[in-house]
Amino acid sequence: MQLRMAGSLSELPPELCCRPMAFVALTGLDVLYNAVHRAIWDAFCANRRADRVPISFKVLPGDHEYPKCRTKRTSYEWYIPKGILKTGWMNKHLNLVPALVVLFYELDWDDPQWKEKQSECATKVEIVRTSLQGRNTKVAVVLIQKKTPLPPGEDLVASERAQALCNACELSGKSLFVLPHTDHLVGYIIRLENAFYEHAQTYYYTEIRRVKSHKEFLNKTTHQLLFVRHQFKTGFFSELKQDSQNALKYYKTAYSLIHELRAHETNILEIKTIAGFINYKICRLCFQHNTPLDAIAQFRKHTDLCKKKIGNAELAFEHTAWMSKQFQSFGELFDEAIKLGLTAIQTQNPGFYYQQAACYSQDRKHLAQQLCQPGMIYPSPDPLDPQTGGLDFYGQRPWRQGHQSIDPPNTEKEKTGILALQIKEREVPHSELIIALLSNAVAQFKKYKCPRMKSHLMVQMGEEYYHAKDYTKALKLLDYVMCDYRTERWWGLLTAILTTALRCAYLMASVKDYIIYCMELLGRASTLKEEQKSRIEKNLNKVIMNEVPDPEPQCDQSSLNAARSLWSDCMALAGLNELTIEVQDYIPFIQCKARFCSPSFHLDQPIQLQVFLRTNCPHSVSFNKLTVSLSNQEYNQWCVMESSGQETMNLLPGKTKCYNFTFVAKTEDVGKKIEMTGVEVMLGSDHSRCVYLGWRGAGGDAASTHEALQASRSSRRCGRNVEMQQELEWDSLTLQQSTMIISRVPKISVHLNHQPPALNNEIYCIQLTVQSQEEGVAKDVKLTTGLKPGQDANLGQTTHVILDDAKVCDDTAPALLPDILLGDLKSGEKLEKCVYVRCVSTGPRVFLFHVAYSIETTVEGRQIICKCHKDETVTVETLVPFEVSVKFLSTKFEPLDQVAVDIPFLLMTDILSSSPWPLLLVSSSLQLATMVSNTPKLQSQLQEVVLQSDECASECFCLRCPPLTNTNTTVATGQYLISWKRKSSSTDSPLIQTTVTLPHVILESVPLYIHADLPSFGRVRESLPVRYHIENRTTLVQDVEMTVEPSDAFMFSGLKQVRLRILPGSEQQMLYNYYPLMAGYQTLPQLNISLPRCPTTSAHTLRRFLPQCIFVKPQGRRLDDASIAAA
Amino acid sequence: MAVCIAVIAKENYPLYIRSVPTQNELKFHYTVHTSLDVVEEKISAVGKSLGDQRELYLGLLYPTEDYKVYGYVTNSKVKFVIVVDSSNTSLRDNEIRSMFRKLHNSFTDVMCNPFHNPGDPIQSKAFDGIVSGMMTQTG
Repeated sequence: MQLRMAGSLSELPPELCCRPMAFVALTGLDVLYNAVHRAIWDAFCANRRADRVPISFKVLPGDHEYPKCRTKRTSYEWYIPKGILKTGWMNKHLNLVPALVVLFYELDWDDPQWKEKQSECATKVEIVRTSLQGRNTKVAVVLIQKKTPLPPGEDLVASERAQALCNACELSGKSLFVLPHTDHLVGYIIRLENAFYEHAQTYYYTEIRRVKSHKEFLNKTTHQLLFVRHQFKTGFFSELKQDSQNALKYYKTAYSLIHELRAHETNILEIKTIAGFINYKICRLCFQHNTPLDAIAQFRKHTDLCKKKIGNAELAFEHTAWMSKQFQSFGELFDEAIKLGLTAIQTQNPGFYYQQAACYSQDRKHLAQQLCQPGMIYPSPDPLDPQTGGLDFYGQRPWRQGHQSIDPPNTEKEKTGILALQIKEREVPHSELIIALLSNAVAQFKKYKCPRMKSHLMVQMGEEYYHAKDYTKALKLLDYVMCDYRTERWWGLLTAILTTALRCAYLMASVKDYIIYCMELLGRASTLKEEQKSRIEKNLNKVIMNEVPDPEPQCDQSSLNAARSLWSDCMALAGLNELTIEVQDYIPFIQCKARFCSPSFHLDQPIQLQVFLRTNCPHSVSFNKLTVSLSNQEYNQWCVMESSGQETMNLLPGKTKCYNFTFVAKTEDVGKKIEMTGVEVMLGSDHSRCVYLGWRGAGGDAASTHEALQASRSSRRCGRNVEMQQELEWDSLTLQQSTMIISRVPKISVHLNHQPPALNNEIYCIQLTVQSQEEGVAKDVKLTTGLKPGQDANLGQTTHVILDDAKVCDDTAPALLPDILLGDLKSGEKLEKCVYVRCVSTGPRVFLFHVAYSIETTVEGRQIICKCHKDETVTVETLVPFEVSVKFLSTKFEPLDQVAVDIPFLLMTDILSSSPWPLLLVSSSLQLATMVSNTPKLQSQLQEVVLQSDECASECFCLRCPPLTNTNTTVATGQYLISWKRKSSSTDSPLIQTTVTLPHVILESVPLYIHADLPSFGRVRESLPVRYHIENRTTLVQDVEMTVEPSDAFMFSGLKQVRLRILPGSEQQMLYNYYPLMAGYQTLPQLNISLPRCPTTSAHTLRRFLPQCIFVKPQGRRLDDASIAAA
Repeated sequence: MAVCIAVIAKENYPLYIRSVPTQNELKFHYTVHTSLDVVEEKISAVGKSLGDQRELYLGLLYPTEDYKVYGYVTNSKVKFVIVVDSSNTSLRDNEIRSMFRKLHNSFTDVMCNPFHNPGDPIQSKAFDGIVSGMMTQTG
């Protein structure tokens, strides 16, 4: 431990960093050979979880020598302390001086040799006591017994002998324990250790009191160091006592006391060391008490106070090392607290402390480089090896231990000591320390969402690896973060990283990396000065010419020779001369943008492709080959440009160069996309070294998207357009990565002639006229016609397409006639076809007329066959031509709800045209089902009627329903057939028959049918004979009562009231002579009929068969009568 | 007074960055760049809770041993960062705020220039002048 202390003064000793626990020594246990003892010991050590009391146990032999206690000082008057804290003190109280010594002894209460054993035990206790001479350490005895003890008070022998044993050993009753060796060992052990813990706490309490009691003897002038020491000790004992609150209090006092010490060059290291220790303890306890802010505040105070206490300037690296350690250990404490549940935040996390620690380590490295001269010889004898066998006090110089006055006792010794330390410092692997700290910090910042901080630290790590000459690791790190800086567009930082990376690549002689970094440092994102760029470009050219480049400036001189030989080896190697570099994700010195001149080309047009190249470096760049690769590789042969002979292609700085390629597409690529898959520029030649710069797609790089966006926003663009006609503006050049090959524009016309809308069921004619305007012969003209695919599937079922009454659709494509060959079409020739369409349902339909043909043409001197096609579509609406409505009427033209059996009625049909075109109704007819015509021959009344739009045609039929055998109350009437066509259609065009199903009627049967024979009109004061026929329609004899009610308008003769009897199926006639009295429409005298046998039939139901009114003409005037009247 | 002043675009690339010539310029670039971590975090945290009602001044972003870094975000997410020497204890929060306000005003003027293309680096003598004033003025 002491050796390590001497080696690294800034390290914190482990006994400081551990958690202090009460130390209890166990003696009298033979853990090696005695199984029972072994089990007891295991029960003490195993499973020490957080719920067990904090004790560290140790098995010691019974005659173990404990550290001797120095004789107590009675006076401090002449005492001058030599240091603050002795190096062995903490360890002594943690591991050497127990708070309690426990003696294990096998003895049962009923042991036959009780007396002898009792005295042996007393002797053993005595031996322990002697070796603890002067200490306050407690002693306890544990009797290991085979028998389970009786409950207390019951075993009289036991209590008696226990008393005796206590007396013999001079023990208090509380210090004697019994451990029955039975099944419940662990339970007994836990009870035992709780008791031990109490004893230990008492011990540490007395120790604290003892240390405190020294205070009254101290004075402020000579014993300043002791004030700090005593406070530290009370703090430490409090921790051992597990009293962390008081411990923190004592440590805080100690901390303020230590800064009251007078610091000078000889003791500043000691002060800082102890201040660091105390600070560590305070921060640790603050985190433990879950007051992290206190910990941070204490640490801040600590660093602020100590930051300036550099001490000996020649050993300044020692101070930075110490500072670094302070930050590191605080970071570790913080991190540990987080692991135990503390939450940290983005701006306050352990990463910052690790970072600062790394920062101090970097300072340490620089200071060490400045202060420690190489080539010095380590002094002999070693001034860092204290002859006494270790340092007595923490933080003191080995060559002048215990020295507390301001000046060093021996300047010569001081010098050699410093020199030794400096030489030692040279051996420290600084970079390793820094990298370890940085990588700790990186892990923290990653956790707390600081990607940029992480990148920054990784750059530092990379640089540190560079300094440590581990170039591979350096490049790996730098390469990783470069991308972040590039996407965030921090060019200054990117350039700095690239510069370091270039040095690494040079020193490793990594050709590819070297070229990549050169390329980007020459690019427009680089913030390097022109002369730097110029130098780099020269180097790049050298590498391409397979020569060794000049070394990068600021490279470590010692590494340069190694690098040179690496390069020449590399150049000598053959076969590695071809390199391909994907530059898309960099910002290379050559910019590339490529485009197709149009997003689509017709097959008979040559495809044009432009590649724009531009460079930003100080000198012109020459290259030997430019190739564009396309998705269809057959075209690649047309997109190669190679320098011819000695002449290379040149790019002048800042000037845009455009390279054009043209080629003809293949016929089979019609409808396909041609895409650029990459652009390649070859630098160098086969003689030296070929470097291919490859861009994916159509060029562009990591920065070009943003530049294009800025250019599009720019307001200056429009103003400059006029003068910029010639000079292409680079930033606003857009990429066009792909182009479509589309078929040649057809030179034919397709006309459609038809009269929309189509009428339902009609055979609708669409006339198609195809005329060729081609110069050559259009071959293989094909027509595809019908419903355009992709419409409602039902439309296919309800549409029929016929071409020139020859071709009919098959089942595979309903309503579509595909690829009908129409032969060749010469220039100017015309072709006509009629397509007939029958639509069974209404609604819109889209019809397609697709005319395809092939033709030979010449493009760029190459003969190709082009397939052309022209599509025409037409949307046709289908309408219902007319609406048919049907009414049932009585013979009195009154609407009927139901029809009486065997009584004539009228059927009236109305045809309302809804067609925009005039319709010709050719004929109509009735197909009767059950009904019979009342007239001998049903003749259509609508023959050859022309119906204009919205006109209505009506027809009337007199029908009768014969008596039915079955009991159905509703009967089908039949169908109504209408034959029609458009008026405009030709005479030979087919008729269309529309069938309308007539509605069903409800039948009723009447018992009595009554009808009247009467003239169509009467005349005032002229007799009007009316004959009523009364028919019995039942199979019963019917009694009929008839009365005629008097009326004002008529006089009448006949039976006013009569009672009749009518036989089944027969008829009675009643004759009345009415004599009208008034002119006009007159109500006939009301005839009341009642059927006493059939009360359901009321007079009202019968009355409806009879005429109600009659028109009475006024009395005709004879000429003479008229004159008489006039006279 | 200030040792470094930077204007950062919405997309987090620098529009303007200037530091005192006596010290390592690169170090300040890194300081400003890393401070964007905190700025981003603060913006996203505010966006969640308060919507549009947010203060432009973000306050002290993070403490380093040597510098204090302050941040300010305009409504169009352009960031201003001012780095002040830690030893300069005379600067109060209020003064920092007023510096940011001045910077913002001057930035607005730059944006109002019809010949300035937003998103391009700031090249304005007036803006330079304001920044120089803040960097030389003794606290």
